[in-house]
Amino acid sequence: MSGFDLLSEYLTHYFPILFFVVIALFFGIWSLVVSYLVQPKYPEPEKLTTYECGSEPFSDARMPFPVRYYIFAMLFVIFDIEVIFLYPWAVVFTKIELIGLIEMLVFIGLFLVAYVYAWRKGALEWD
Amino acid sequence: MTELGLRLAVSFVQILAEMSIVMFTVAVMTLAERKVLGWMQDRMGPMEVGPYGILQPLADGVKLFFKEDIVPAGANKAMFALAPMLTMVVSMIGFAVIPFGPDMTLDIGGLTIKPFVVADINIGILYILAIASIGAYGIILGGWSSNSKYSLLGGLRSAAQVISYELNVGLAIVGVLLLSGSLSLVEITEAQAGGFWHWFVWGARPDGFFPIHTQVFAFVVFVIAGVAETNRIPFDLPEAESELVAGFFTEYSGMKFAFFVSAEYASMVLVSCVAAALFLGGWNAPYPGTIFEYIGFQQLAWIEHIVWFAAKVYFFLFMFIWLRATLPRLRYDQLMRFGWKVLLPIALANIIITALTVYFFPRG
Repeated sequence: MSGFDLLSEYLTHYFPILFFVVIALFFGIWSLVVSYLVQPKYPEPEKLTTYECGSEPFSDARMPFPVRYYIFAMLFVIFDIEVIFLYPWAVVFTKIELIGLIEMLVFIGLFLVAYVYAWRKGALEWD
Repeated sequence: MTELGLRLAVSFVQILAEMSIVMFTVAVMTLAERKVLGWMQDRMGPMEVGPYGILQPLADGVKLFFKEDIVPAGANKAMFALAPMLTMVVSMIGFAVIPFGPDMTLDIGGLTIKPFVVADINIGILYILAIASIGAYGIILGGWSSNSKYSLLGGLRSAAQVISYELNVGLAIVGVLLLSGSLSLVEITEAQAGGFWHWFVWGARPDGFFPIHTQVFAFVVFVIAGVAETNRIPFDLPEAESELVAGFFTEYSGMKFAFFVSAEYASMVLVSCVAAALFLGGWNAPYPGTIFEYIGFQQLAWIEHIVWFAAKVYFFLFMFIWLRATLPRLRYDQLMRFGWKVLLPIALANIIITALTVYFFPRG
């Protein structure tokens, strides 16, 4: 298949998605702009403060947050990459016979080692 | 040149039709949620606008459109506007790869098009997962840019929850891929033709009835994780109104608020579509063939297929509301523990068992 054929193949299959993004963006911007033009605007300092159950807001909201969130984000990145490795294997599973099965059992075994390690270390606890 | 123009026009019509259907379903859902919840709690639900309140979504839409859009003083204005846009666009474009009806082709001016799927790409599932991941950005941006403590906490919680359950969605799908051998939603749906025992949730081999390759565990994991990913009760921690007011969209009003809410409903519809296509046979009827074929109207069979697809999607949407009426909210540590220590091992075990059964009892 020549490069041009490949390009036209991509255009045929993926172009509608790009087109979809453009239309959805246009729809979103259009509604925001038109809504902006027709809505009333009465800004007042009191109204523009952030909501804090009626009391005066104190300090800035961009404060430090628990490192727990960060640990879960790292765990997600590691495990999600392993999940993505499982996808091509699953798709061609019937064609790669016994060796594919064994290889993937080893891979899932390694996955389990990491998983059990994280579990025993208490990384999966939220406290 | 004319071919390109024609292709553009066809895509345009398809996309507009698809967006209208999704928006209509979202409108139906906003009403259905309040009506069904009302009936389940022995109330009437909205009754004022139109007969039995059926025009309520219209009234809500008009009201939000003309509402003042308040931007809090300390907010990052560009990000504050970008976040609802991003969430809305992302929840819409996922529908590009969903097959709503049979994989037939139409000839329009020498151009072969597929009427019931906008973009028939061979990596449909990967595309859906990628789109779902981008959704988390909109939420966390919205939470951070508002400069409100409730919003920030809601956004952080939501991001942690979405990525935790994303993993389970990804693992649950691997079992389906083992059976179908394809990442295309069209081909996955077609592999389940010929009666409900061929749906992957039952998982009989193409020549039998016995559910040897059943994906029922993957199905349960997928549905639970799907509920969590769309931030619905009982996993609605990010917008727990009794502690975080409205979570990441506390400070939003007017059209931007409408975007967040409709994006939430649209992603519920998307999860329902994907669950129907992966596990419940998509547009396939629960019996072989179609009734229209038996009585000799071959050309109209697509109507029956679409009705079945819609029925499955609305079943899931009803389940979302039913869950909301039934279950209380989880605590945050329970939520994380359930995702990482219960669903993840089940999904992993399902992959190993499915791989072994597919190896020893091949699908022919």
